[in-house]
Amino acid sequence: MTATGLRTLAPAGGGLRQTLADSLIVAWRNLKRVPRIPELAIFAILQSIMFVLLFAFVFGGAIPLPGGGNYREYLMPGIFAQTIVFASATTAIGVTEDLHKGILDRFRSLPMARAAFLAGRTVSDVVYNAGILVVLMLSGLVVGWTVHTGLANLLAGVGLLLMFVFAMSWIGVWLGLGVPSVEVAQQVAFTVLFPITFVSNVFVPPQTLPSWLQPVAEWNPTSTLTASLRELWGNPNPYASTAFPSQYPVLVTVAWFVVIVAVFAPLAVRRYRSMSR
Amino acid sequence: MKGGLEIAAVANGHAISAEGLVKVYRSRKSEVRALDGLDLAVDYGTVLGLLGPNGAGKTTAVRILTTLLRPDAGRASVAGLDVVRDAQALRCQIGLSGQYAAVDDNLTGRENLWLFGRLYQLPSSDARMRADDLLERFELSDAADRTVKTYSGGMRRRLDLASALIGRPRLLFLDEPTTGLDPRSRLGMWDVIRGLVREGVTLLLTTQYLEEADELADTIAVVDHGRIIARGTADELKSQVGGERIEVVVHDPGAMTRAGELLSGDHGGDVNMDQHTRRLTVPAHRGVDGLVQVVRDFDGAGIKIDDIALRRPTLDDVFLSLTGHAVERAEAEEDGTSAAAPAAAGRTT
Ligand SMILES: Nc1ncnc2c1ncn2[C@@H]1O[C@H](COP(=O)(O)OP(=O)(O)O)[C@@H](O)[C@H]1O
Ligand SMILES: [Mg+2]
Repeated sequence: MTATGLRTLAPAGGGLRQTLADSLIVAWRNLKRVPRIPELAIFAILQSIMFVLLFAFVFGGAIPLPGGGNYREYLMPGIFAQTIVFASATTAIGVTEDLHKGILDRFRSLPMARAAFLAGRTVSDVVYNAGILVVLMLSGLVVGWTVHTGLANLLAGVGLLLMFVFAMSWIGVWLGLGVPSVEVAQQVAFTVLFPITFVSNVFVPPQTLPSWLQPVAEWNPTSTLTASLRELWGNPNPYASTAFPSQYPVLVTVAWFVVIVAVFAPLAVRRYRSMSR
Repeated sequence: MKGGLEIAAVANGHAISAEGLVKVYRSRKSEVRALDGLDLAVDYGTVLGLLGPNGAGKTTAVRILTTLLRPDAGRASVAGLDVVRDAQALRCQIGLSGQYAAVDDNLTGRENLWLFGRLYQLPSSDARMRADDLLERFELSDAADRTVKTYSGGMRRRLDLASALIGRPRLLFLDEPTTGLDPRSRLGMWDVIRGLVREGVTLLLTTQYLEEADELADTIAVVDHGRIIARGTADELKSQVGGERIEVVVHDPGAMTRAGELLSGDHGGDVNMDQHTRRLTVPAHRGVDGLVQVVRDFDGAGIKIDDIALRRPTLDDVFLSLTGHAVERAEAEEDGTSAAAPAAAGRTT
């Protein structure tokens, strides 16, 4: 091992191979924190399970499903979707921490691929949330949720969920790079996310909402994602109306995915670049 | 490609050079001119100490030279590479240890070094070997497999410096490497830095302490309000300031004015008075004799002395003599003897 052998000159922009390698290294680093701070994952899961218990067993009896059907089976896809949407808060907090603890400066002073910090973050978010989903799905099986339509549809639903993790991750990165502290990241995320997940079909059929809120709830990406999962898996899926998002939830969900990524990925990249201004 | 870089570096002559750097931080409410025409030149294999009070623009200068920030005007190059145009190639030549230790709390020391080594584009096995070497060198071997959360302030600092060295950079930037360290860790850090310098790295180091610049730097550049206001060797600066100072603390705040008159009459130099601490400082041209004289004079005038001492010039004295005004401390910052800097401190304060 010689001194000159050690100093390798990276290609100026970071070719595709280097981008991939560096992104995976950053993702590895992000995922390392999961076993190091197990509380993070444990409480993310407990929070979702708490919602299941609360709604399935405390309020569940009081929430009638139009057209009948098992409420717990109705609830679980919503819980999966809600968990995914909330995951963007974790992303934002992680990014803000990297920014303010100086880790991001260290990364930026290294000859690593420019896209690796952002790409690595989205990769680790997808992997982490895939793990969380597995645990939640097993819990769902315990309370009576199930997939009626076979493996292909199960995987299609999971694919849709993970696509959404990726999209929400960009929102989280964008937010995380723009706030002055971890506390603010937390507050902003939850202030925005609570209405998004509650004005939806996650816990109650949209019919039960005030009529002016119904279109909002129907077009809400959390709702279209939830409705897609219910449709794909053969879980109860009472329609609020004949509105487009209720008729074609998968299509609208994919459209949401495209729109969110198309808007927030460039915004996040722009914020990242403007850090050197 | 490497050969090309060497040629560019030789053509430029300096390891680090900056001309007329300007940086203005703009926000909705205010505009801060952090750098206002900063010029620098550092030769290969030498150590430049960038000395200045809190808020002078040291960190901003380091951030520009290490490609983290773009200048608004002026140009700078490091190892012959332009900080804006050749940023990525430049990053292959430098190591940076920022003002606050930037290491990942949730990784072990070894994992941190491996991570940064990989991202420095070292092959995995080289990164691992290099990490082992550095852990040993910085006396972190025993703690290598503990998460950094459990490290002391001094250990974090050492790991941070080790991270900066992972790619064997030819040029090293250390932003206040000992701020927040206890005196013993500070001496240890000085030793480490001296060792690196012996190995031939070019070093730019910022500090708020004249003593530290004196210990480590070949040349010192004094920064104030984003400009270099003086440069030279430590001895040159000190003789400019006038060597040692007499420092008197009087008992009665009301006697400050009279005490000031006596001191300036006796010693002819600028008297620095701090009403709040009842402290007066004046250049000591005649060493201990001068001290004795002050005691006699004050006794004769009936001014009671709480404390009197002869001490070496500090940054405050350099400032007073160079600018005619004392250091404006924008905010109370941790002095060198306080406990470790908070891990989550802001980026640039
Ligand atoms: N990100 C920033 N936004 C606004 N002002 C800043 C920022 N960073 C530094 N400053 C201001 O710029 C000036 C120089 O700061 P800095 O370079 O950190 O000085 P030093 O490192 O010498 O203490 C200070 O007045 C500081 O408050
Ligand atoms: Mg600073």
